[in-house]
Amino acid sequence: MKIKTFGRHGKEGFKNLGRNGWMTFASISAVTVTLLLVGVCLALLLNLNAFGDQLESDVEISAFVDITAKQEQQDELKSKIENISEVESATFQSKEEGLDQLIDNLGDEGEVFESLREENPLSDAFLVKTKDPQDVNKVAEEIEQLENVQNVEFAEDTVNKLFKVLEIARNVGLALVIGLLFTAMFLISNTIKLTIVARSHEIEIMKLVGATNWFIRWPFLIEGVLIGILGALIPIGILIYGYYYLIDLIANRFPTFIIDLLPVTPFVYQLSGLLVVLGVIIGVWGSLTSMRKFLKV
Amino acid sequence: MIEMKDVWKTYNNGIKAINGIDIKIGKSEFVYIVGPSGAGKSTFMRMMYREEVPTSGTIIINGKDVGKMKNKHVPKLRREIGVVFQDFKLLPKLTVYENVAFALEVIEESKASTRKRVMEVLSLVNLKNKARFLPDELSGGEQQRVSIARAIVNNPSILLTDEPTGNLDPETAWGIMDLLDQINNRGTTVIMATHNKDIVNTFRKRVIAIDGGLVTRDEARGEYGYEN
Ligand SMILES: Nc1ncnc2c1ncn2[C@@H]1O[C@H](COP(=O)(O)OP(=O)(O)OP(=O)(O)O)[C@@H](O)[C@H]1O
Ligand SMILES: [Mg+2]
Repeated sequence: MKIKTFGRHGKEGFKNLGRNGWMTFASISAVTVTLLLVGVCLALLLNLNAFGDQLESDVEISAFVDITAKQEQQDELKSKIENISEVESATFQSKEEGLDQLIDNLGDEGEVFESLREENPLSDAFLVKTKDPQDVNKVAEEIEQLENVQNVEFAEDTVNKLFKVLEIARNVGLALVIGLLFTAMFLISNTIKLTIVARSHEIEIMKLVGATNWFIRWPFLIEGVLIGILGALIPIGILIYGYYYLIDLIANRFPTFIIDLLPVTPFVYQLSGLLVVLGVIIGVWGSLTSMRKFLKV
Repeated sequence: MIEMKDVWKTYNNGIKAINGIDIKIGKSEFVYIVGPSGAGKSTFMRMMYREEVPTSGTIIINGKDVGKMKNKHVPKLRREIGVVFQDFKLLPKLTVYENVAFALEVIEESKASTRKRVMEVLSLVNLKNKARFLPDELSGGEQQRVSIARAIVNNPSILLTDEPTGNLDPETAWGIMDLLDQINNRGTTVIMATHNKDIVNTFRKRVIAIDGGLVTRDEARGEYGYEN
């Protein structure tokens, strides 16, 4: 396409926007609401995911060894555990180290256990990490079957609950976003339909004198893309400002907040880019829909 | 250059508009299409520029099979055929100049050649002095001349006119005929569907009569042949 022609299409696209002012406004608003929600959902989900990853990497299985097990039986057990395909590593922890850690973890209240040093009730253990945190359950069961294993412990509930919450959040967010995407697309396609109807006389003549189909389509496509991009502006502004504000708030007021949010850069800029792309996609999709239905070219 | 072989057209609603037409029209001919209302004249013309597709048969225009042509080749066909309507089909918000230039603009002609060419056709149709007028500010005959100017501005080899004088008083109609004759003399094939008995009988040219979707008469210097 010649540059001059592209300039013409751009100009016509802008003119189309003005032609049905209120419908244009309505569809830009729909895109704005949609993208704002998409943005917030994405920011939340991505942070939850990052938080999940962080927690998941902490999930370990403690496999306690029978007190009666001899050294070579322990070694054999270790290699058996390491041979399970989902296992990443197995580290030995003596019962003394175990007690140290317990006391550390409990802080002040741990002092009472100091008296147990002589009569340590714990067993030696292997701390097992899995390659994928989702396999924790399965691996724990497998280890339990092995010889010389007294019992197996892991933070089963934490892991499972977290996965459930993440999954629900993801699904609800996704359903909401998809519904909104369709609404915005539908509004755009109706706006463009109005333009097509308003210009039907002109389109008829264009076809008659031999304009190509794409020549006729371009202005409507650009109209859709413009609606998409304009609809992305406010959500991007709110997201960038909001995220900066949130990070700032947490840093100043709640320095001990347990969740580390993703750092502002490049996160908000990636998110902004994504919103623009989504806006353009909704716009193109909306205009293609209306062209397919109302522009028989 | 225009050839129809056993062409049939049945509309979706079941109406059989064209029922087996064979015809040849050569380069630079001037042809009247006459016949009663509903005979199929407009359908006959619309199939030439692929506004309608024949149900069966072949239509060859400048060597190309219009019926089997892919959609993407239709714009090229239409650049070889100018079309003029009884109701002019001008864009009311554009000036005379812009209406004519529009036809070149949308087929991506350069601005410089557009300007030159538009002024040429406007002087041919004798409207150079009204280039800045809006269609509403023109008489019916002038509007029709604008629509003719737009149809020929990109030098099509064929000009189709469907009742171009239908809404005009006799004197104005003769002005239009004069113009079409000039265009024909420059080598453009002109095909004109008409109900205007006086014009056909006075300004004698080839007459093709269509009735019930069939060619009932084809005479080199024919007459209108109907009472109306
Ligand atoms: N788009 C269409 N869909 C269905 N039927 C049509 C269509 N156009 C025309 N017809 C029918 O086809 C037949 C021929 O119509 P056409 O317009 O070709 O006649 P015509 O000779 O041009 O008539 P007139 O002199 O009144 O303009 C008529 O019976 C008409 O009702
Ligand atoms: Mg007709």
